[in-house]
Order: sequence, then C-alpha cells, then structure tokens
Amino acid sequence: MTHIAEAIERHTIAVLVDNEAGVLARVIGLFSGRGYNIESLTVAEVDNREQLSRITIVTTGTKMIVEQIKNQLRRLVPVHKVSDLTIEGAHVSRELALVKVASTGEKRVEALRIADIFRANVIDATNESFVFEVVGATDKVDAFIRLMEPLGLADVSRTGVVAIARGPAAL
Amino acid sequence: MAHQDTLNGAEILLKALVDQGVEVIFGYPGGAVLPIYDEMFKQNRLRHILVRHEQAAVHAAEGYARSTGKVGCVLVTSGPGATNTVTGLTDALMDSIPLVCITGQVPTSLIGNDAFQEADITGITRPCTKHNYLVKDVNNLAKTIHEAFHVARSGRPGPVLVDLPKDVVQSKGEYQPPSRVKSKYKPQVKGDLKAIEKAVDMIAKAKRPIVYVGGGVINSGPAACQLLTQFVRMTGFPCTQTLMGLGAFPGSDPLSLGMLGMHGTFEANLAMHGCDLMINVGARFDDRVTGRVNAFAPYSKKIHIDIDPSSINKNVLVDLSVVGDAAHILEDLIKVWKARQVRMDDKALKAWWSEIEGWRSRNCLHFETSNKIIKPQYALQRLYELTKHKNPYITTEVGQHQMWAAQHFKFEQPNHWMTSGGLGTMGYGLPAAMGVQTAHPDALVIDISGESSFQMNLQEMATLCQHRLPVKVFILNNQYMGMVRQWQELIHGGRYSESHMHTHPDFVKLADAFGAVGLRAESPGEVDDLIKEMIAVDRPVIADLRTDASENCFPMIMPGMAHNEMVLGPEDRSLDKPGSEEDGMVLV
Ligand SMILES: Cc1cc2nc3c(=O)[nH]c(=O)nc-3n(C[C@H](O)[C@H](O)[C@H](O)COP(=O)(O)OP(=O)(O)OC[C@H]3O[C@@H](n4cnc5c(N)ncnc54)[C@H](O)[C@@H]3O)c2cc1C
Ligand SMILES: Cc1ncc(C[n+]2csc(CCOP(=O)(O)OP(=O)(O)O)c2C)c(N)n1
Ligand SMILES: [Mg+2]
Repeated sequence: MTHIAEAIERHTIAVLVDNEAGVLARVIGLFSGRGYNIESLTVAEVDNREQLSRITIVTTGTKMIVEQIKNQLRRLVPVHKVSDLTIEGAHVSRELALVKVASTGEKRVEALRIADIFRANVIDATNESFVFEVVGATDKVDAFIRLMEPLGLADVSRTGVVAIARGPAAL
Repeated sequence: MAHQDTLNGAEILLKALVDQGVEVIFGYPGGAVLPIYDEMFKQNRLRHILVRHEQAAVHAAEGYARSTGKVGCVLVTSGPGATNTVTGLTDALMDSIPLVCITGQVPTSLIGNDAFQEADITGITRPCTKHNYLVKDVNNLAKTIHEAFHVARSGRPGPVLVDLPKDVVQSKGEYQPPSRVKSKYKPQVKGDLKAIEKAVDMIAKAKRPIVYVGGGVINSGPAACQLLTQFVRMTGFPCTQTLMGLGAFPGSDPLSLGMLGMHGTFEANLAMHGCDLMINVGARFDDRVTGRVNAFAPYSKKIHIDIDPSSINKNVLVDLSVVGDAAHILEDLIKVWKARQVRMDDKALKAWWSEIEGWRSRNCLHFETSNKIIKPQYALQRLYELTKHKNPYITTEVGQHQMWAAQHFKFEQPNHWMTSGGLGTMGYGLPAAMGVQTAHPDALVIDISGESSFQMNLQEMATLCQHRLPVKVFILNNQYMGMVRQWQELIHGGRYSESHMHTHPDFVKLADAFGAVGLRAESPGEVDDLIKEMIAVDRPVIADLRTDASENCFPMIMPGMAHNEMVLGPEDRSLDKPGSEEDGMVLV
C-alpha cells in the first residue's frame, strides 16, 4: 500500500476555534510552515458566549496531504472541531465581492445590465463609477469580475468562501 | 506573608509550580524576571539550577523530563534570554519531550514598542512549541500555568511556553489550585476496540512479522514498556527499536534485533524489508528509518499504533491504524489476544527466525580492532562492559559517537538513554546529562560526546561544578566533525571542506580550569583504567579519548537507498553505487 494517490483535490474545511489572540497566526503558520496551499481563508466569531470563531479554508492537495492538513489542524490546542465539508455530505458555499467599475457611456450601461443578470446590487455610485455587491459561489463571482474587466474594472475586494453543510446537522 | 487572595504574580507562579509537582527549575535571571527571582530567594521548596546559557537550561529540563517521566521546567528572562531557548524548544518538540518554559516579558504597556529586551517570543516560538501563552492578567496566571502543564504532558507530549510581562508578576491577584482548572484539551487515550480486534486478526495470520518500536512507547511510560515486552515475548516476534525507542524493550533479549534505520543493524533492516506484517508502536516512519519510501518494506501489511493522528499516513500509508496511548492499546491488544487463544503459524515463524539468525550471524557491528590506536567502537564496548552493572544514564551529542553509542550499548530499561533524535542538536548531551544528574544525584550519568559537539555547550562544566553534579563527559576525540567527514568521504569525493578543526583546547587542562577532573587515553591499553578512574571520582570529569580519526560508522544506508541496500563496511562493494538525494535521508 505504499502507492501514493497523486491526484490533486480541492477541499473546503470548516474549523471551530477558540477566539483568542494568535489563533489565526497558528493556523496560517501551519499552512506556510508545512507548505500547504491556501486558496481562501475566512474567519469571524460565531459564538459570542463561548467565544468561538469559525474558520473556513479552501485548500488543495493530494488525498494524503488533505488528511495531514486536517490532522495537523486538530493538533492545535485551541482547535475544537475540524470538518471536511467536501467529503462529509453536501454543503453550500458563498462568497461576497465588492467590485468597482469606473467607466462612462455605453460601457457604464453594459456594466449595469450585467449586474442585473447577476443580481448584484449597486451600493455606491458616482458619475464615473459604480460599486457592485455580488454574492454567490466562487465561480459566479469569478465570472462577474471577468465580465467587468473590459467595462472599466477598477478594484475588487472579496471575502473568500464561507461554507456550511446542508441539512439539520451542526458542526 | 500576603493574604491568600492577594498574592502577587510571582508568588502565584511559584505556588502553581509547586502544586504541579515541580522540584527543580533550570534557569537564568534578568530584568524582566527579577520579581520572580526575588520570590524564589524567599522560599526553599523549589530548587534552582543556574545554567550558563539558556539553551542549556532547556536541554537540562529535557534530560530531567526524559529520565523521570515528569515535566521539565525552565525560567528565563525576556529578549535574549527567551530567544536563546529556541533551539532547545525545537529539540523538545521534535522528540516529544514535556516541558514548561517560562519567559519574562516587558510590561504589557510596553509590548510592541521595541522596548529594551523585548522579543515577540510567543510569535517566534509558535512553530516550535506545542502551544504557548501570553498572560496579560494576573488573575489568569495560575490557570494558565496549570493548563500549560496539562498540555505539555497530555497526548503527544511537547514543550509549552508561558510569557509573563513584568507588570503581571508584580500585580496582585487570586490563586486557583489545579483542581479548579478544567482544560478543554483532552486527547484520546483508549484505542478503538474494533481496530484492535482487526489488528489481532492480522497478527494471527502473520508469517514474517516484526515489531517496530519507537519513542512513543517511552513517552507513554514504564507500564507501556512492560506491556510491550510482554506482547513481544508472548508472540515471539522479532522486535527492532528506533533511536528514540531504545530501552522500551530489553536490548539484551534475544528477540531484540537492535536499532533499525540508516545506522541500524543488518538483521533489523533486512527483517523490515522482508516482513509481511509490521507492527509499529509509537514510531513515526522518520526518513532516517524508512530510507527510500517507495522501497520501504514492500511486501508488508502495516499496523500503526500512535497517539497523534497526524503521525498516521504522514510518510507511509498504513493498512490499519489505532489511535491512542500505547499502554492502553497494548493492554487491550494482549487481552483480546489471550481471550481468542490465538494460534500462530509456528512453522512459518521458525523459518522466519532462521532467516533472521542468518542475517544476525553476519555480525554487522564487527570492527577491525587495533592495539595501537583507540577504535571508537572499542572504547564504547569497554565503557558498556565496565559500567553496565551500575545501570548508567547515557546522554549523547550528535555525530558518529552518537550512532556508535546506539549500536554498542544495550538498554534494558526505558528512560536511561537521552539523545537528540529529531533535531540532531550538537550540544544537547552535556546539559541534558546535567538535568539527568539533578534528578538522580547518586546515579552514574555519562555524556558520550564528540570533541566538536562538546564545544557547543562546554560552558556548562561550570554549572556542573557549582551544583556538584558529577557528570562524566566521555569524549571520543577524532579531531573531526566525524559524521560530516564521513559524508564528505563517501558522498563528496573526499573533499573535507571545513570539517576539521585544527585547534582544540587541551581538554584535560580545560577540566582543570573549571575545577573538574581531566583524564586522557591515547592507546587502547589505557582505556580500561581511564574508565575505572572516571567512575571512581565523585566529581565532574572530562575524559579525552584520542580515537581513530578515519573510522566510519557502519552499517549505513546511503541517502536515497533502501533497507536491503545497506553498506556494511569499507570493503563493501555497494559503496561504489552513488546514492540519490531525491527521497529521504538527505541530511547529515
Ligand atoms: C545523526 C543521526 C542519525 C540518526 N540515525 C538514525 C537511525 O539510524 N535509526 C533511527 O531509528 N533513528 C535515527 N536517527 C533519529 C531520527 O532522526 C528520529 O529522531 C527517530 O528515528 C524518530 O524516532 P521514532 O520514530 O521512535 O519517533 P519519536 O520522535 O520518538 O516520536 C514518537 C512517536 O510516538 C507517538 N507517541 C507519543 N506518545 C505516545 C503514546 N503515549 N502512545 C502512543 N504513541 C505515542 C508520537 O505521536 C510520535 O509519532 C538519527 C538521528 C541523528 C541525529
Ligand atoms: C548545532 C548543529 N550544527 C551542525 C550540525 C551538523 N553536524 C552533524 S554531526 C556533526 C559533527 C559532529 O562532530 P563531533 O561532535 O566531533 O562528533 P563525531 O561525528 O566526530 O563523533 C555536525 C557538524 C548539527 N547536527 N548540529
Ligand atoms: Mg569528532
């Protein structure tokens, strides 16, 4: 069984941690120190009473590496739960992006029309710019940004992925 | 004395340490920890060993921990005091040694200001500790110390650092006893019974089994070592140990094949290569052990017992894993085995053993003796023969002498062998021996050393003399960084780039300068007398044995090679095949 499965997989991992100083540095340090990939990482407090934060990490690696990543995360003392959403049943994931488009004339009209198709909201407007708020799965956000490129794309800010399992079960 | 609920931080700290069973602290003072040292001055329950360099304090605490099974304790000041502990902490992390290291810090109001002797030590040591804390409120101090000890000793042990700003140790607060502190950190100790049942199925079918034992069994404690010994004797399986696992199974038992890996025995490595079932108990498939991973034990099914899930399937994929503490799992394994009245395939086992005996008869640790020059292996054989009745504690530095010590000493018990395995820290052995001697004042404690490694922490001779710790430093002085020279000879075309130190101190005079005893042997005939005298004196000793400078350590698996491609000695033809550095064992 020494054969190593080499195929690279993408996994979304949810991590429940104590919301204490340094915990994010521990997680990020683990990834950089051991040479793991981070495609996206988000973090925020989710339980004020117990002072717990939830980190969502999108990472890539071979099966063996992804298993290592989860076990290494579990080893950190302030980590309470690690769940691989990609393999533990269905899950939903979303990202929010703020997309600034600076243009006039026909391009400006076209940008608005595409925003409408993507159900993006205009949350700031001037005579020569819009800021759109777009929410969706990563590929939808990617597509929106790509379409804005020829239309005066000026600036992008993305939250990274948040994800949760479908159905009644909790982390 | 201050009232119970208005202790100052320093008092709280010392009380917490006493409640955690600490008897000895290895440390070095400085501005940020002066309030703690002041409190220490007023008490006599905690003994303080004043080292000469903070790195040595950590290694001493490691030696203390490894020879007692308790948590070692270190106290140093902020800034340079703290940064000097980094090598020791990394060493303890790699070898899974339980420690609590307390560092002073600038007052909380100055943190982040580049204050005098400020270092972000929790940031610096995050990757080289199991966990670390910065205490900002004196009312959390006791709780944090108790939790630090709990984390250090539970699950896979490791070093924990607690950073204490000066204002926190000076302000008043409330003490909490350990019983009032509940930690959320609870690693799994019991193994899954279904997996254990499955392990018994696999073991029952084995025809060419081997037990591969690592430091985890020693981490688990003497009970685990006893259970392991019981299991091995009950099954009659061959048992090999890693560098870290030496002593977990009695070295002189005929079932023991000695150490495996890069400098392991011929029989251990070939048995690993040829086995059909490998039972790994508390070992981590280190690259010094596996050699080229894609040629590692190619015909085997593998069972892995380990307390740390991240050790499983990290380097080598296994067929069955049992996560938990070795003692708990071995106990259940033996129970299930007995209940099932398993019958082994005796005929197959007998054939397997006769194959192994064939390999053993090659006598791979044999060396050319000489009556002119001291062979390092000879010196160690004599040291072993002349001291074994005293059941000595052995520490080592790093290099050839370390490997020869691992090959030629036999350890019958755990906790008597302390060596830097994972990090390979030159300068580890002398301070580690200091820690061992502190814990066992009447025991014979020997640091098997090389002349280069010795010079990395030789200042600690002064600590030994001050605290009357009669450690024996047994230097195999080959005038070279021998292990580096060996690699240069075998792999880098004999270009001995910077591996020879042209100047060494006169170690006998050096001993004298410290107030220790210096001894020297220059020919084989002088070795026995030197050893006897070394044991007889009740003071620290530096013994300088002038050994053969050109001797190499064999057997050796060259970088990138497999277990069945061992080089047995200088006359071995396979030496001509160059190794590759692609896969494992690439560092000296
Ligand atoms: C110059 C040099 C040469 C070396 N050559 C060799 C060599 O030839 N052969 C060799 O073996 N080594 C050699 N080493 C040492 C090597 O680098 C590793 O340190 C060593 O092989 C690791 O030993 P181990 O697998 O027993 O793991 P350890 O580092 O001892 O790790 C212990 C394992 O047990 C687990 N564990 C901890 N506690 C428990 C518990 N309670 N219950 C169950 N499991 C537990 C841990 O999670 C871990 O996986 C050499 C080192 C140097 C410096
Ligand atoms: C701190 C540190 N620096 C460098 C090394 C690399 N290294 C490994 S063995 C060795 C030589 C050790 O020489 P010596 O102590 O004389 O032992 P010998 O091999 O000669 O027995 C060196 C430099 C190391 N292991 N540790
Ligand atoms: Mg040397």
